Amino acid sequence: MSNGISILAHTSAPADGSLQALGDQIGAALGPAIVSRVIAFGELTLNVQASDIVYALTYLRDDPACAFRCFIDICGADYPNREKRFDVVYHLLSLRHNSRIRVKVQTDDQTPVPSVIDVFPAANWFERETYDLYGILFSGHPDLRRLLTDYGFEGHPLRKDFPLTGFVEVRYDQDEARVVYEPVKLTQEFRNFDFLSPWEGTDYVLPGDEKKSA
Amino acid sequence: MTEHNIRNFAINFGPQHPAAHGVLRLVLELDGEIVERVDPHIGLLHRGTEKLIEHKTYLQATPYFDRLDYVSPMNQEHAFCLGIEKLLGLTVPRRAQLIRTLFCEIGRILSHLLNVTTQAMDVGALTPPLWGFEEREKLMIFYERASGARLHANYFRPGGVHQDLPSALIDDIEAFIDPFLQVVDDLDDLVMSNRIFKQRNVDIGIVTVDEAMAWGFSGVMVRGSGIPWDLRKSQPYECYEEMEFDIPVGKNGDTYDRQVIRMEEMRESAKIMRQCCVKLREPAGLGPIAATDGKFAPPPRREMKRSMEALIHHFKLYTEGFHVPGGEVYAAVEAPKGEFGVYLVADGTNKPYRCKIRAPGFAHLQAMDWMCRGHMLADVSCVLGTLDIVFGEVDR
Repeated sequence: MSNGISILAHTSAPADGSLQALGDQIGAALGPAIVSRVIAFGELTLNVQASDIVYALTYLRDDPACAFRCFIDICGADYPNREKRFDVVYHLLSLRHNSRIRVKVQTDDQTPVPSVIDVFPAANWFERETYDLYGILFSGHPDLRRLLTDYGFEGHPLRKDFPLTGFVEVRYDQDEARVVYEPVKLTQEFRNFDFLSPWEGTDYVLPGDEKKSA
Repeated sequence: MTEHNIRNFAINFGPQHPAAHGVLRLVLELDGEIVERVDPHIGLLHRGTEKLIEHKTYLQATPYFDRLDYVSPMNQEHAFCLGIEKLLGLTVPRRAQLIRTLFCEIGRILSHLLNVTTQAMDVGALTPPLWGFEEREKLMIFYERASGARLHANYFRPGGVHQDLPSALIDDIEAFIDPFLQVVDDLDDLVMSNRIFKQRNVDIGIVTVDEAMAWGFSGVMVRGSGIPWDLRKSQPYECYEEMEFDIPVGKNGDTYDRQVIRMEEMRESAKIMRQCCVKLREPAGLGPIAATDGKFAPPPRREMKRSMEALIHHFKLYTEGFHVPGGEVYAAVEAPKGEFGVYLVADGTNKPYRCKIRAPGFAHLQAMDWMCRGHMLADVSCVLGTLDIVFGEVDR
């Protein structure tokens, strides 16, 4: 085809053997930048040093054996019990080899991750979204504003310690003729049922049971 | 007028504008009528779907996916179900696969009908949406007859689908296809060959191959630039492997090419639907529509009333839900608007630990800035239409 891309129809994602080979090759090329690599559920995951992310993604994009030229996604994930609580997860796709790769870096809420806008311009909004929802900072991002939440929003809603109901609620005030913000008032306590194991009994006190010990 | 009196002009497009396809605020910087810069402000429909999903069991989380791209609900559910099935190692019975394929293609037609006709409305035609919505109505009735809901179906479940299709419905879907193809031909005559439509769309919003890849485009947006990439062919899921259909690709990568592709894809979808209907009637296409062990799909109501075990299964499923072993997967489907992916992190409990929704519209909308630069103000709504934006999935 004229644009230099050929795609074999009816080929599914590569089997684990080729993923292993691809992982070995990337591991040899990137050396200490890669902390570890995992193959699970037919997907290759690279754990990369946060400072080397630009170098790693550039290699994955430009090396002919990888050719992960198609940008898919950047997102955050929060693991509050870890020392570096956040993951930044990059997903890339190679049209030439019909394969996908996941690259992960770890960071905390202070240390910025280098922005990959220069490698993939599409990273712009995805990094803004990650900053907005998790408070992960990206160094070298030209325009790190909030994206999805309201103008003047405080906090980072997808962190595990952010309550599901949030802190403020909005309504339109007829008298003031504008939208006003007020602290969340729940007429009924937010109910989070612990259904994890009703068979082994619950770990909260059922109403009335507190009389037993009295 | 002296030199210093000339300045750029900033206007707000939206947040409420019929051509904004939802609640979008575009801050446009204009030099005369030429667009210099576009700054889309999104998030006006942000509902915190990903946060909510983290607090729901897997079964309770499925309906949120209907509310993302609400013009083709089942395609979204599909990605989530595929992700869960990958983690659980579940295989879907053949009949359920066929039903899913059938309804995904109905979803594709629903979405393309809406997009092609309303984009025609954005550039000045009023009749096409009326023709298109008539067909959409029929398709939504098929949705309703299968799932009970016209829009928010909650029909695809991990391990299969919720209910079997009545055979009359399969007959009616098959009978729908031929008249529908006639309507597509009529729409083609009405819209695609229209002089004004061509004047407004040809050579507008051109995307090259390299741009399409670097900006994370997918679906029609890459096929319009001549890349024959479709997940249904290249990474087939369900039973797309055995279906016969073609992938239309564009030549010029402009708005007009993309709309022609959407028209053509509707015909291909109709082809797949016809094959599904035939296969659903074959002996191999009969059988269960979900896993029958009761661990992931509820037992039939009839059985629940008589069997203690079935009752226990039902109760456990709708209170505790099923547990998903720990791990992380990325599952993607070829949704009508492009690659819709779900990055799912499970921690072994009955709720997802993290569920990132990769919506195609999000990547497409951020391209508004460079796609519109140098175009006229009137082309903004045309480019916005061709990106096929639905705010449910962009804002999440």
